[in-house]
Amino acid sequence: MSRAALGDLSFSLSESELVCLSGPSGTGKTLMLRSLADLDVSQGSVYLQGVQREQMPPTEWRRQVGYLAAESRWWSETVGEHFPRVQADIFNQLGFEDEVLGWQAERLSSGERQRLALARLLSNQPRILLLDEPTANLDPVSTQRVERLVTDYLRRNRAACLWVTHAADQIQRIASRVLYLDSHGLAEEKPA
Amino acid sequence: MIQLSVFDLSLAALLVLALALTSARIYPGLAKQLLVAALRTAIQLTLIGLVLKALFANSHLLWVGLLSLLMLVVAGREVMARQHRRFAGRWGYGIGVVSMFVSSFTVALFALIVVVGNEPWYQPQYAIPLLGMLLGNTMNGIALALDRLTQSAWEQRDVIEARLMLGYSASEAVSGIQQQVFRSGLIPIINAMAAAGIVSLPGMMTGQILAGAEPVEAVKYQILIMFLVSAGSGFGTLAAVHLAVRRLFDERQRLRLDRLQR
Repeated sequence: MSRAALGDLSFSLSESELVCLSGPSGTGKTLMLRSLADLDVSQGSVYLQGVQREQMPPTEWRRQVGYLAAESRWWSETVGEHFPRVQADIFNQLGFEDEVLGWQAERLSSGERQRLALARLLSNQPRILLLDEPTANLDPVSTQRVERLVTDYLRRNRAACLWVTHAADQIQRIASRVLYLDSHGLAEEKPA
Repeated sequence: MIQLSVFDLSLAALLVLALALTSARIYPGLAKQLLVAALRTAIQLTLIGLVLKALFANSHLLWVGLLSLLMLVVAGREVMARQHRRFAGRWGYGIGVVSMFVSSFTVALFALIVVVGNEPWYQPQYAIPLLGMLLGNTMNGIALALDRLTQSAWEQRDVIEARLMLGYSASEAVSGIQQQVFRSGLIPIINAMAAAGIVSLPGMMTGQILAGAEPVEAVKYQILIMFLVSAGSGFGTLAAVHLAVRRLFDERQRLRLDRLQR
C-alpha cells in the first residue's frame, strides 16, 4: 500500500456548504479525508465548531465527521443489520422501498451498495460529510438522486460536505467552491 | 517397569530411518527434515532427562524456578515464530510471554499448592512436568489465536474501518473477529477433552500406566491435567487476545496495522 504524503494544507468548511475536492490521482485526496475522519495518524489540528478533534472521543468524532469510502463494506447478512438508526425518508429519496432493509447485503449491485452506504452514513446524522467519489459507480439517474439527497441533507441539517470528484459537469451542478489538490498542495479554484 | 536399552531404541530408530529412505524418493528435503527432527528429539530428551535427574537429586526452589523460566522463554520464541504477521518490536515476543506467564504459572501454582499439596510444593518431580504440559498447550492456543487475530485484522481491515467510520468503538469493530479467534484458541483443548478416553488415550496417563501405576489413579491425574490445561490455555488465550487487540488500536481507536511486521 503506497501512500502519498500530504504537505501543509489548511482550509475550512462553512455550514450548508458543499465543497468539491479534485485533482490528479495519487496526490492524497483519500488520505486527506481519512485523516480528517481520524482513521489515519496525522499532524496538525482539526476543529469542529470550535472543538478540537482530540477533545472529542474518537467514536463521537467519527459519528459527526462521517467518511464514505470509495468502496463500501458490508459484514452482516441483511442490509438492515448495518443501520444504527433507520430513517425511511432517506431510502425513499435514494429510490428504495422500505423492504430494502431485509435484502441480502451480498446480493447488492455496486450501485445499490454505494447508495445504501450513503444512507447508512446519513442515518448517524453527521455534521460533516467526507465523500470519496460517491457516484463513481452510479448511472446518471442514481447520480442525480445522490446529489439531490446530499444537497437536501446539507441544507436541512446545516451540515457541510467535502466531495471528491473528477467530473467537471458534476462540479458545475453541486459545488459551492472547488479545492484542487496536486503535488504542489491545496489551492482554491475560482469559479469560472 | 521393563527397562529400555539403547539397542531397543535403535530398533525403533530403524523405523524412522526406513521412513526417511522411502520418502527421500518423493521429497528429499522432507526426509532430511525428518532425520534432523528425530535426532533433535533424541538429543533434547536425553539432555532434559539428565537435567531432571540432577534436579530431582537437588530439589532447590532456585533451580526449579530457573528451569521454569527457561521453558517460558523458549515457549515465547515458539509463539513468535509461528505467527505469520506478528507485532513489530518487543510486542511480538512480549504478548505471548506475558500471557503464558500469567496463565500457566498461576494455574501451575494453584495445582501444586492447593490441589496436589506436596511438601515442599515446588518438588520438581511434580512441578516441572505439570508446568511443561501447561506451557505446551497454552503455547499452542496462544500461537493459534494470535496468528488468526493478526491475519484476520489484516484481511478484514476495510470492514473494521467501515465500522469505525460509523462510530463503532475499537472493541465493537473487532468483536466478531475476537469471537472467532478466541474460539480457534480453545477448540483444540475442547476437542481433546471431548475425545479423551474414547478416541485417544492421553499421553500422560499412558505413560503412568506403562510405568506400572493403577489405571484408576492414572486417570485421576489425567482428568486433573485436562482441567488445568483447559483453564491455562483458555485464560492465556483470553489474555493474549486482549493485549493484542489493545495493541492493534491506538488511543484514538485507529486501526494500526503499521504495528505489525511486514
